[in-house]
Amino acid sequence: MKITVDEAKCCGAGQCVLIAPEVFDQREEDGIVLLLDAEPADAHHAAVHEAATVCPAAAIRLNETA
Amino acid sequence: MTTSPVADDAPAEIPAFPQPRAAACPFDPSPELRGLAKWGPLTRVRSWSDSTPWVVTGHAEQKTLLSDPRLSADFSHPGFPSPVPHTGGKREATDLSFVGMDDPEHARLRRMVSGAFTIKRVEAMRPVVREMVDDFLTRMLAGPNPADLVQALALPLPSLVISELLGVPYEDHAFFQTNSKVLVSAVATPEERAAAHTNLYEYLDQLVGEKLAGPGDDLLSGLGRQITAGELTRREAAAMGVLLLLGGHETTANMITMGTLLLLQHPEQLARVREADDPKVIVSAVEELLRYLSVVHLGRRRTALEDIEIAGRTIRAGEGVILLGELANRDPAVFPDPDRLDIGRDARHHQAFGVGTHHCLGQPLARMELQVVYPALFRRVPTLRLATDLADIPFKYDAVIYGVYELPVTW
Ligand code: HEM
Ligand code: HEM
Ligand code: SF4
Repeated sequence: MKITVDEAKCCGAGQCVLIAPEVFDQREEDGIVLLLDAEPADAHHAAVHEAATVCPAAAIRLNETA
Repeated sequence: MTTSPVADDAPAEIPAFPQPRAAACPFDPSPELRGLAKWGPLTRVRSWSDSTPWVVTGHAEQKTLLSDPRLSADFSHPGFPSPVPHTGGKREATDLSFVGMDDPEHARLRRMVSGAFTIKRVEAMRPVVREMVDDFLTRMLAGPNPADLVQALALPLPSLVISELLGVPYEDHAFFQTNSKVLVSAVATPEERAAAHTNLYEYLDQLVGEKLAGPGDDLLSGLGRQITAGELTRREAAAMGVLLLLGGHETTANMITMGTLLLLQHPEQLARVREADDPKVIVSAVEELLRYLSVVHLGRRRTALEDIEIAGRTIRAGEGVILLGELANRDPAVFPDPDRLDIGRDARHHQAFGVGTHHCLGQPLARMELQVVYPALFRRVPTLRLATDLADIPFKYDAVIYGVYELPVTW
């Protein structure tokens, strides 16, 4: 799995941080998403999927084949 | 599927919007509103101004449209389906900063304050909010019984929290609570709303001036620094202050009272909230209450900037669009058996905070306040109950943000 985030779309809601804190964080100054791990281990995949669907800005994209 | 303006599945006569809720079902969207869904995910309604904007009822279509930059949130657009009559023309009289702007202007302003609402910053405030809740409850329990939960807890809590975060003196709360209430009232005249807006604006403008002279570590002082750096005008700062002060008030307050009232109707689920050891139970319960109650009702309002094809229809450039979150949150395709309150269900996909670029800025804070307040209330006051009949509770059928005017409780 390869994750990309669209900083321009992100509204800093932090839902991804709550669901998958090992993979996502937020910038201090404006809360915009910080990708900690673009290719997380299998153990995190379910949480990353959940984060991508819950993200209110549709700012998280997943490439499953990569 | 057809793109003609009057499709086969359109009602013969355009229904009026909005329609009052059924008195027997104060927690549910009005039957007429729910009936709109039978015309498909998109249909036309007739508003108070005799215009005929689209309403969007489906969860999926709302998510798609609210993420589409071709829909504008600008209040001053001629096609904007305003929920209330307004004085018109003068931008200043309704300036609510970025909630009524489109990107990139919207993002420029929003990102100046969004750092104050990260998960970490909000978590750091949780112990302080716990203490505040305890203090309000101690005072309520020491005072007259029955009490009005709106005045004892629901309004002062979010008011105090947002005041401290912004750096607004809480002593002035009567002033800003009164003016906020007028602004979100649907029965106030346009002139009354404009006057309330001016009052708040002038108050915030003066405060920003004080922060410029003697800054602290609050949000308004941060805006002061942006003004000094030439990145923000004083007018923009004051308008942003009005938006934040307002946004933090009636919304959270109504969730506190309505959530309490709803749980009192479901004693078994209330007991689960009171007795939960696992914070996940509370987190989930709060999401379900947000979904079920959808207090910011009667729709996100937008104007189409270009023609948009969706669900076999065409929204024409210039037409108004009303996206009904309370119906998205009762969409059976997303929430099985949607009219059943179930604090154990996965309700995280609700749209109570909106969707897309205008997704509620204050939502981490609001969620945290609600996660603290419900269990604290039911634990400190285990015998809490209504001091009147449900039928005698005055609901805000007339306000942009739904809730109750008073919630008499006893213990
Ligand atoms: C449970 C409580 C709350 C609910 C249900 C709620 C709901 C909403 C909704 C639905 C929107 C979207 C508006 C739109 O799309 O046009 C919104 C926007 C907003 N809310 Fe909240 N809100 C709550 C609490 C708060 C709090 C505590 C604040 C405090 C700062 C706040 C500040 C804002 C702001 C600034 C916006 C505008 C965001 C933007 O345009 O980018 N809200 N809120
Ligand atoms: C949450 C979804 C919301 C939507 C869709 C929404 C939309 C609107 C719209 C369309 C107007 C009418 C503006 C006009 O035509 O003059 C309006 C008025 C207003 N809204 Fe909201 N609003 C929402 C929430 C909020 C929130 C969260 C706040 C505060 C942050 C807020 C504060 C106000 C105020 C104060 C007015 C009155 C402006 C005036 O007419 O003077 N609203 N809102
Ligand atoms: S959930 Fe989406 S909008 Fe929120 S911080 Fe994460 S990427 Fe950004």
